[in-house]
Amino acid sequence: MACAVRRGAGGDGGCSVGVFRGVAAHGLLRDATAHAAILGVALALLLNVSIFLGVLTVALVMAGCVSLLSGRGYAMDTLLGVMAHSALAVGLVAVSFLAGVRIDLNAYLFGDILAVGKSDLWIIGGGVLLVLILLFWRWSSLLTATLSDELAHASGLHPRREQLVLTLALALVVAVALKVVGVLLIAALLIIPAATARPFCRTPEVMAMVAAGVAMLAVTVGLRAAYVMDTPTGPTIVTLAAVLFTLATVTTQSWRFLRQRIQ
Amino acid sequence: MRLAHPPDSDAILSVRQLGVRFGGQQILENINLDLYRQQVVTLIGPNGSGKSTLVKTLIGAVTPTSGQVTIAPQQRIGYVPQRLHLDPTLPMTVKRFINLPRRHSSRDLHKALEDAGAEALIHAAMSELSGGQFQRVLLARALLAKPDILILDEATQGLDHRGTAAFYQHIESVRHTYGCAVLMVSHDLHVVMRTADHVLCLNRVICCEGEPEHVASSPHYQALFGDQTAQTLALYRHHHQEAANVG
Repeated sequence: MACAVRRGAGGDGGCSVGVFRGVAAHGLLRDATAHAAILGVALALLLNVSIFLGVLTVALVMAGCVSLLSGRGYAMDTLLGVMAHSALAVGLVAVSFLAGVRIDLNAYLFGDILAVGKSDLWIIGGGVLLVLILLFWRWSSLLTATLSDELAHASGLHPRREQLVLTLALALVVAVALKVVGVLLIAALLIIPAATARPFCRTPEVMAMVAAGVAMLAVTVGLRAAYVMDTPTGPTIVTLAAVLFTLATVTTQSWRFLRQRIQ
Repeated sequence: MRLAHPPDSDAILSVRQLGVRFGGQQILENINLDLYRQQVVTLIGPNGSGKSTLVKTLIGAVTPTSGQVTIAPQQRIGYVPQRLHLDPTLPMTVKRFINLPRRHSSRDLHKALEDAGAEALIHAAMSELSGGQFQRVLLARALLAKPDILILDEATQGLDHRGTAAFYQHIESVRHTYGCAVLMVSHDLHVVMRTADHVLCLNRVICCEGEPEHVASSPHYQALFGDQTAQTLALYRHHHQEAANVG
């Protein structure tokens, strides 16, 4: 439990990436990268390497493919849809081929934070640190490139390179978050906290910090709730994030409505 | 690549035999242009004539298929894009926006916003700006680079007459205070005639160029823009000749 709670800090880097992901690219890129993770699990078990390595490699390849193919005349929606869901399907098929290895598929699909051990914590911590360093280093360039390709070019930046940095960060987040929330719910933790934070923020920096706070709240309270109610942890965490989002939306919308009525 | 004409050494921006091809389509062909200090060059042309592509090539967002763009050393470019769409899911204040990608001192910020006529907007959210306010903020952002070359891509699209006139007034004063060359794409033919030193009429190739009056009377121009605009310009010239005669 203590180990698991510490994982909450991992929400940090993930959410900052989420701020960009919310805007920069399609939600489907998230899905493509996340869904590819299950393929990574299968490959890692097959080749007998660490699951983290397998997932990171496949997520990187997947995100790289998407970045490469984007802007080459393919319809992005279709392309990403094909990649996201076929990666998941191929991954599941590949897992079933692994004779003799009995793996708990549920743990990878929906996460099992209670199975996170000491060595996993080091990997997660390292991944978070790396993502944070990447983001701090490229923050302004990333923001500019996210806002507009042309503005970035005119300022002497290379938007493609920034996109690559973002892709790398996303792959890292997916790889370290896999054990905690699972393949299907990683995207949720990338989007929901950032969306919850949005109405309260005026700058991207504040939004990243509020989103990280929301994510940590969801993780800690969600863990406790899962323990007390004996529910699966990953989905409980995401449910809690969804509740926070609903609360935030209802509050801000009714506040806006009231203010308009008064004026 | 061997070039027929070497870039003009006095020019701060030189384009030689530039060609751009997308897919199988030739968008720009054999474009030559020189921009000199403090000169105002206007690019006109029908929709789909390659104006925006040319501008994007100049700022480096599009790689030319042939030819070259030479910018004199240490010349800074300020760029004002055509109506920028910002995703409202990313919160952004004017102050934060114009500080991208590099932060500037508060004095420079205020100066740039003042020169662009947007100093009252510094704490506003980008998503709440009107079209005209947005363009002025974009201009302020371009000015922060202390540009030697200011490039505007149909910066007044979507603005009403008053907004357009006010925007160009800011451009005029900016050009004098910053001493920069201006290259702009424009549909506002009145403005072109009044402010441009040199007009390029683009339709994949540069089909005619020269002083505004020269271009307006060119048959290429009239074929491209039709009678109505030709009449508008004739009227404009007529007014001016009359004014000159009276004066």
